[in-house]
Amino acid sequence: MDKIVVEHLNLRYSDGTESLRDLNLVIPANAITALMGPAGGGKSTFLRALNRLNDLADVVAQSGRVLIDGKDILEPEMDVIALRRKVGMVFSRPLPLPLTIYQNVSYGLEVAGERNREVLDKAVKLALDQAELWDEVHDRLSDPAEALSGGQKQRLCLARALALKPEVILLDEPTSALDPVATAKIESSLSELKKNYTIVIAPHNTQQTARVADWVAFFLQGEMIEFGPSKDIFTRPKDKRTEEYILGRYG
Amino acid sequence: MPEIFERRSRESHGEWVITRLIQTAGYSSIFFVLMILYFLLANGLPVMKDVSLSNLFSTVWYPIEEYYGILPLILGSLVVTLGAALIGVPLGILTAVYISEIAPQWVKEALKPLIEILAGIPSVVLGFLGAIVLSPFLRESLNLPTGLTALTGSILLGAIAIPTIVSISEDALNTVPRAYREAALALGTTRWQTIWGVTVPAARSGILMAIMLGIGRSIGETMTVMMVTGNAPVMPDSLGALFAPIRTMTATIASEMGEVSGGSPHYHVLFFIGIVLFLITLGVNVMASRIAFRQRKRSERVLS
Ligand SMILES: Nc1ncnc2c1ncn2[C@@H]1O[C@H](COP(=O)(O)OP(=O)(O)O)[C@@H](O)[C@H]1O
Ligand SMILES: [Mg+2]
Repeated sequence: MDKIVVEHLNLRYSDGTESLRDLNLVIPANAITALMGPAGGGKSTFLRALNRLNDLADVVAQSGRVLIDGKDILEPEMDVIALRRKVGMVFSRPLPLPLTIYQNVSYGLEVAGERNREVLDKAVKLALDQAELWDEVHDRLSDPAEALSGGQKQRLCLARALALKPEVILLDEPTSALDPVATAKIESSLSELKKNYTIVIAPHNTQQTARVADWVAFFLQGEMIEFGPSKDIFTRPKDKRTEEYILGRYG
Repeated sequence: MPEIFERRSRESHGEWVITRLIQTAGYSSIFFVLMILYFLLANGLPVMKDVSLSNLFSTVWYPIEEYYGILPLILGSLVVTLGAALIGVPLGILTAVYISEIAPQWVKEALKPLIEILAGIPSVVLGFLGAIVLSPFLRESLNLPTGLTALTGSILLGAIAIPTIVSISEDALNTVPRAYREAALALGTTRWQTIWGVTVPAARSGILMAIMLGIGRSIGETMTVMMVTGNAPVMPDSLGALFAPIRTMTATIASEMGEVSGGSPHYHVLFFIGIVLFLITLGVNVMASRIAFRQRKRSERVLS
């Protein structure tokens, strides 16, 4: 099923950078789609277009359509708050809010108006379970989140996004600050989560792309050069630039 | 070879002189503080000989008749300062939040220098404005017998505290990582929820320090309160005291020091008030710097 359909998406920042140029792409549901490419290619910009986080940046021109479940989310009358609950995001810095472990996960639900203790407790447990963190923190939920290790913090950030029961999860280099063990845990959660979610990730290197991706989009300087099943991209890329990137000829 | 050697030694000679100079400057400020303290104590403590404790801590200040009760003055200062805090703290914090989180760029650029100008207005000018504009206004609009009240002083002291509170709080808000705000927004919070739920709590200790320093400034302020509070040493005993004339510690010292003869009990009492004021201000500043210290330690822990 096609969860996200991007049509002729263009985006320019106030400094004149054409960060996305005529982007066309279909992101399937219940799969991991990886955005691959060198730094500055527009991967983060694209991810932040999907939950309208770019609204905060100084974007001067944006055109095209981004349809999620058939609805154009770039329309000005779009309910951005509702969109962001439906499209969760994990950033590259594992930065929990300055709250307790429990509050970090319940925060999104509480500001959404959920007051029922039982509902919150259940949602927090479920989200921590999904992020494979419950076993490590269940006996210290009221400790400050600051006390967790880097890998645990990042899984907490995943849990706080999951608590809102999103349909799409965006991850922008979620493991760039983590060691290999912590990275492996995040990757294993993702392959479990993809059964029920649409996952779009900008992995932090090509190896990770190869490990987790079902679909790969190759981004180069604001353009999407190639899109296809992971296996095809890595074994027989159609574009020479994709091949060169995979072989490690770009940074 | 010998030439290089010579230059080296000359350089280190210059180095030595500069180091000593800086050292002297550093020590001299400690020396001055100690001198001031000594001076205060030497002139203030003899009060214990001349005036009984029960007189000193009574509620009547009438030096001509040898009533030296400093409680109305201490409470006077506290009432005016409390009023100033009630006005200055919310306004200052809201202004800081507005400048750092909400205002468009050009408003920011206009507001910041304005706040600095407010900080630079001499307090006697503010007192003047208070006496000829604010106090008649308060008298008429609140229907008071006089406009020279504690409230008038509080409003002006609030205005004096605001620039300090705004600029330090704003710095604190600016050091909150952008990523906190984005993380909160990505969870579907509104801008207000993000500000009150995440950004302001994250800047909490900096904002507390701003409040302390702002209050510290208003306790020590003299000229403005002297001009607008009516200077009546009445014991403030209820909330109504806000709408009546009052006398602060600073105003008492400033207005009476010129008239007393050196070495008299009255003279010593004025210095004793100075000691009390010094201790209060010191306490506020110590609290502020302990907050700052705690904040630094926390950020060190986070960064390590
Ligand atoms: N907030 C911003 N303001 C201006 N230019 C930006 C901003 N964010 C990104 N850019 C520019 O957009 C281009 C794409 O950046 P980005 O989306 O971060 O790429 P990637 O995530 O693939 O490294 C870069 O040239 C970058 O300099
Ligand atoms: Mg990026």
